[in-house]
Amino acid sequence: MDGLGIIKGMGVTLKRFVDTYLEDIRWWGKRYYTREGVELRSSAKTRGIFTVQYPEEKLITPEEFRYIPFLVYEEGPNGEKQDRCTSCGICAKVCPPQCIWIVRTNDPNTGRPIPEPAEFYIDVDICMNCGFCAEYCPFDAIKMDHDYELSVYDRRAKNIYNKERLSKPVSYYASIRPTNYAREEKARAEEAAAKAARKAAR
Amino acid sequence: MSEQTLVAEDIIKTRFGEAVEADGRKGYEGYLVKREKLVEVATALRDEFGYDYLSSVTAVDYLPEDKIEVVYHLFKSTGGPSLVIKVDAPRENTSVPSLVPVYPGAELQEREAWDLMGVKFEGHPDLRRILMWEGFAGHPLRKDWREAYFEEEGKPFKSRWPDGHVYRIEDKNPFAKNVDYPAGFDPESWVPEGEAALYAGMGAVDVGSNLRTDHVVVNLGPQHPSTHGVFRMVVTLDGETILKLKPVMGYLHRNHEKIGERNTFLQNMPFTDRLDYLSSMSNNFGYALAVEKLMGIKPPERAEYLRVIMAELTRISNHIFAIGMFLNDLGAYFTPALYAIQERELILDIFEAVSGSRMMCNYFRFGGVARDLPEGVLEKIRSLVVDRLPRKVDELDLYLTNNEIIRARGEGVGVLTPEQAIAYSAAGPVLRASGVPYDIRRADPYSIYDRFEFDVAVRYHGDVYDRYLIRMDEMRQSLRILQQAVRDLPEGPIQEGKPQYQVRVPAGESYGRVEGPKGELGYYIVSNGKANPWRYHVRAPSFINLTALETMAVGDKIADAVAILGSIDIVLGETDR
Repeated sequence: MDGLGIIKGMGVTLKRFVDTYLEDIRWWGKRYYTREGVELRSSAKTRGIFTVQYPEEKLITPEEFRYIPFLVYEEGPNGEKQDRCTSCGICAKVCPPQCIWIVRTNDPNTGRPIPEPAEFYIDVDICMNCGFCAEYCPFDAIKMDHDYELSVYDRRAKNIYNKERLSKPVSYYASIRPTNYAREEKARAEEAAAKAARKAAR
Repeated sequence: MSEQTLVAEDIIKTRFGEAVEADGRKGYEGYLVKREKLVEVATALRDEFGYDYLSSVTAVDYLPEDKIEVVYHLFKSTGGPSLVIKVDAPRENTSVPSLVPVYPGAELQEREAWDLMGVKFEGHPDLRRILMWEGFAGHPLRKDWREAYFEEEGKPFKSRWPDGHVYRIEDKNPFAKNVDYPAGFDPESWVPEGEAALYAGMGAVDVGSNLRTDHVVVNLGPQHPSTHGVFRMVVTLDGETILKLKPVMGYLHRNHEKIGERNTFLQNMPFTDRLDYLSSMSNNFGYALAVEKLMGIKPPERAEYLRVIMAELTRISNHIFAIGMFLNDLGAYFTPALYAIQERELILDIFEAVSGSRMMCNYFRFGGVARDLPEGVLEKIRSLVVDRLPRKVDELDLYLTNNEIIRARGEGVGVLTPEQAIAYSAAGPVLRASGVPYDIRRADPYSIYDRFEFDVAVRYHGDVYDRYLIRMDEMRQSLRILQQAVRDLPEGPIQEGKPQYQVRVPAGESYGRVEGPKGELGYYIVSNGKANPWRYHVRAPSFINLTALETMAVGDKIADAVAILGSIDIVLGETDR
């Protein structure tokens, strides 16, 4: 009980303190409020204090980051929205908290279902952001978003998202998940080529 | 059935004769024991066969057969596979002899089975509700009990698709409908009986002194910064010395197991994240193992390595956080905690890049993992486990281990002897700090842990300080495993077969257990071949480690109770489930 352990421990604290300022000097002007600085402070090389000052600075969201699903639509040549969703209902079946509701469209003449949802709702109060809907969607029609700043004043009115609120263009999807998008497009192109080859062979 | 188990079966048959009968149902294991012989058989299994560690007690409601079955998982504290014994009881006036006299570790678990399943344990010293509130009507895990807002027996609910329409569940079924109250219930005049029973049990203790001093009963919590959530310790004090202590919990109870039985097998995966929310990857691991055992599949090589990497990173992040928060409990307010959180943050960044979420990872799938490592992540993991974390663990060691205040507060406080630790079914760091080198990764290896070189960390004093030291040791061992796993990570597929959302799980039972950061995390699953599990039980280490809390705390000062609780490292999400 000579207090040496405490003094050594305080040495560690002192080192952190000094390190923080040394880093500030070393990365003068670049350590804060720049993308480079945030990247540096979230890497294994960082030293000293590495708090990121939200909301002035934000952590860089990795591509796989998932928060609240959205529906992907293709933009037609005249700017019309073409849903990728075929209302097959797999997302609604796989959803653990069961927060997805889908109503199918029926052909007004024949009464047969059309592969396009009439209504699509997600109760984002219940959604647990597990990502199963996006993972098991066979048409790449529902994906997880990167937007996490969703607070509202009135949850009862605003937190059931309808189809309009959920839909986002495919270009947005490509911008937040470039690698996944490229991989899916490649698979789609290969499949289309294989289909064409089969057709030609017949 | 292998030859070895046949021999074991013969021995058990000869020893107990009529009292036991091998469980012959397809997909089931273990022995059915006659109700009146249970205590005798359990005592013999403990004393003659060496099954001294009662890991899990739970009950299954076989509604179609009109019976309730209590299931016990016994292990040897020297390692090896389980011995499962079961006792049948009728659904009306269900009662089974209590095993608390044989295995004190059954205390909280039997209370849980009484509370949720309505099994009366004859001879239990303190059979009160534990997770539900006093005055609650019914036993919610019974198959004929229905919750408020009940929709259907199993998901997916038909109302969602294709002709469902959006509604808020609370609008559809307003509160108070579908909720049962006991006959003649009046909230104004109601006095919770359990509470009275609790305080009655805390009354005067004869301390054998001639001084006539009054004893004081004090509630620590439920709102108290030292309880890491909402948890209550009721203590009887003689001056500052603790004479009795009772843990009170269930404030965060959400009946995870009932939710799990409504879910499909896959849908349970993200719910396991929310048990011990500091180590979701380990929770996923145990559940995936239990279901894979039933399905009879094994993940491919690369997935096994990824699983081990994630589980060990989780252990480090959990232990470093536990140490930080433990220092908070000792009064070193937040500086050590934040140093620890910084390192944890870097690990969480990896989880986020791999699984998409920092804490609710939902990364494991049956027969594999959700996705491969994105580009650059392996490099990040390598730089962490080879370079940064070993340095930081050493730094933490230098920072805290020889600190005189920590030693004074920790050494010789809250002692749990090895015999007590085994008897109270303590698990994980609590068990190993008491000198029992029991680590499931070595004692009953799962996944690919038999390939790695590491030591089972063990400390021998069983006090608060050793429980701190053991976490330091375990982080170092985890780093060793990680360095090997990162080095040997093979290329290849990460999922056995095609990913599918409706898995076929054959009828039967299975118990999957992993060495979670807090101790043995087990999942007991009964399937009847349908889409939803018939029974889904979690053996939660945080919950069961609390059984030994009273033993550790009695005789110490009231300020030490805070340190002792901090050294057990509980997470209320898992304790209350």
